[in-house]
Amino acid sequence: MLMRLISGDSPRSRLLTALLLVIFFGLLFAPFLFPGVRALETAARICVFILLAASYDLLLGYTGVVSFAHAMFFGMGAYGVGLASQHMGRGFGSLIFGSLAGAALAAAFALVIALFSLRVRAIFFAMITLAVASAMAVLVSQLSQITGGEDGFTFQIPRALGPANRMGEFGGINITGKILNYYVVFFVSLALFLSLLRIVNSPFGRVLQAIRENDFRAEAIGYRVVRYRIIATCISAAVAALAGSLFALWLRYVGPDTTLSFAIMLDILLMVVIGGMGTIWGAAIGATLMVLAQTYLQNLMGSAAEATAAIPLLSRLLDPDRWLLWLGVLFILSVYFFPAGIVGRLRTGR
Amino acid sequence: MSDPILRLEGVHTDIAQYHILHGVDLDVPRGAVTMLLGRNGVGKTTTLRTIIGHWTARAGRIAFDGADITAMRTSDRARAGIGYVPEDMGIFSDLTVEENMTLAAVSGPLDPVRRDRIFAAFPPLRTFWRSAAGTLSGGQKQMLSIARAMAEERRLYLIDEPTKGLAPAIVSTMAGALRDLKTEGASILLVEQNFAVAKALGDHAAVMDDGRIIWSGPMQTLATDAALLERLMGLSMEQA
Repeated sequence: MLMRLISGDSPRSRLLTALLLVIFFGLLFAPFLFPGVRALETAARICVFILLAASYDLLLGYTGVVSFAHAMFFGMGAYGVGLASQHMGRGFGSLIFGSLAGAALAAAFALVIALFSLRVRAIFFAMITLAVASAMAVLVSQLSQITGGEDGFTFQIPRALGPANRMGEFGGINITGKILNYYVVFFVSLALFLSLLRIVNSPFGRVLQAIRENDFRAEAIGYRVVRYRIIATCISAAVAALAGSLFALWLRYVGPDTTLSFAIMLDILLMVVIGGMGTIWGAAIGATLMVLAQTYLQNLMGSAAEATAAIPLLSRLLDPDRWLLWLGVLFILSVYFFPAGIVGRLRTGR
Repeated sequence: MSDPILRLEGVHTDIAQYHILHGVDLDVPRGAVTMLLGRNGVGKTTTLRTIIGHWTARAGRIAFDGADITAMRTSDRARAGIGYVPEDMGIFSDLTVEENMTLAAVSGPLDPVRRDRIFAAFPPLRTFWRSAAGTLSGGQKQMLSIARAMAEERRLYLIDEPTKGLAPAIVSTMAGALRDLKTEGASILLVEQNFAVAKALGDHAAVMDDGRIIWSGPMQTLATDAALLERLMGLSMEQA
């Protein structure tokens, strides 16, 4: 049953299995294990970014296509939900319509970009996605009447998912709409993650892996490489948009900084590389580590700086303001010591 | 020769700024093994790659079973019935042997009878069926490469130096598998540097030099004519 659920793609390492189980149960029981707004915020962010990184891995890790527009697709889903909720009124209908419209728009954009660029060479796809993503970010900032410009906009979600909806108490924790909202994010992310696992372990996924390894060989067997790449690109974009919808639902806000920025694109790239490209499980590990580091590294460094206050140079190096420097150091070290990513390393033991 | 399975007429191919094929004319007869011979760098691999569509012919015509395939996509040529075994083996090392074989069966599931025939020809593939192809030895990779081309019924096999760099025992397994293919009536265009293997398998031969076919005829004629062999291939009868 469990193997069917994960499409027979077992983690193939005890330590990796243990890590994944810790992440899964940590997220499943997050509202009860880690009470507090910040912890729940972090858990929801981890759910969304696991899905987002996994969708990017379908493209980068399984197809070998480099895209810089993934944050743009993420933003399309987020703005889809935001705009639908703003104009159609709060309600589940708006959420579903906005999510589907965002996903459809993202897939359509991906199709057009792919048709123009993937037919020539995959590298053009990277260049074109970079240009289109930059143009889209500028467009969203300029169209402030619709998008709220640089400030973005807040919107209302169904009352059932709001913090004012109190549904009782369980295990000493007040069950509110916010927790219900978290579980919507969690279960939809989980369902889409499992769908991605199903895709990469299907015959279609095997063809993608073959294309990644050598596109001419795949073509010489009889597979139309461009068509497969285009389909993968569209699926990846649609799932990224759905991740964006979940993020907007959780935040009840959309803005260019939270959904469209190049910083998010870099985060996604790092999550996939650190976790291990072409594994899907790697996205779960990479996204969890990155979000935890981004959220708690500063606190950790603050405590370390206090503890080493007597050592002048070290305490200054550990100053919480230098957290980005240390995040960069951690990234360099992880790429150096785990060139195949954490999952690759754990699977091969090398 | 009547109604060849493959016909090349005046095929010219450029790779970047280099003009490699200078008007190749070649007929590959049905149900026979045609050896494409010649020294290194004369255009044998480029000829195979032009036939499968890796390189586009700048001029000339390629007809497969009577149909013009010169402008056809590589994938369509493969689906039309041309199996290609590249010089570098062309296996997918991240995938298992089973996955490599399943992928090669493009028109449906791998036929169990065909799979068993492949196992009989290449026993190590059964042993390593669920192993990553990248972990196989060089000879086993070459077996997988040929087995993959055999995963479906092909009307023509293009095979590029299948015995290159292999141990004598593996060469004999490879030659045996190719002989079986020949017995089944397959049409094969085979590039081979090992003249002993070429002589044993070939029905016809075409010799290339400087991007052209300079001689073609029965293998028997080439193998028994010392002067011709010396002139075309630079080989003495002892070396052959």
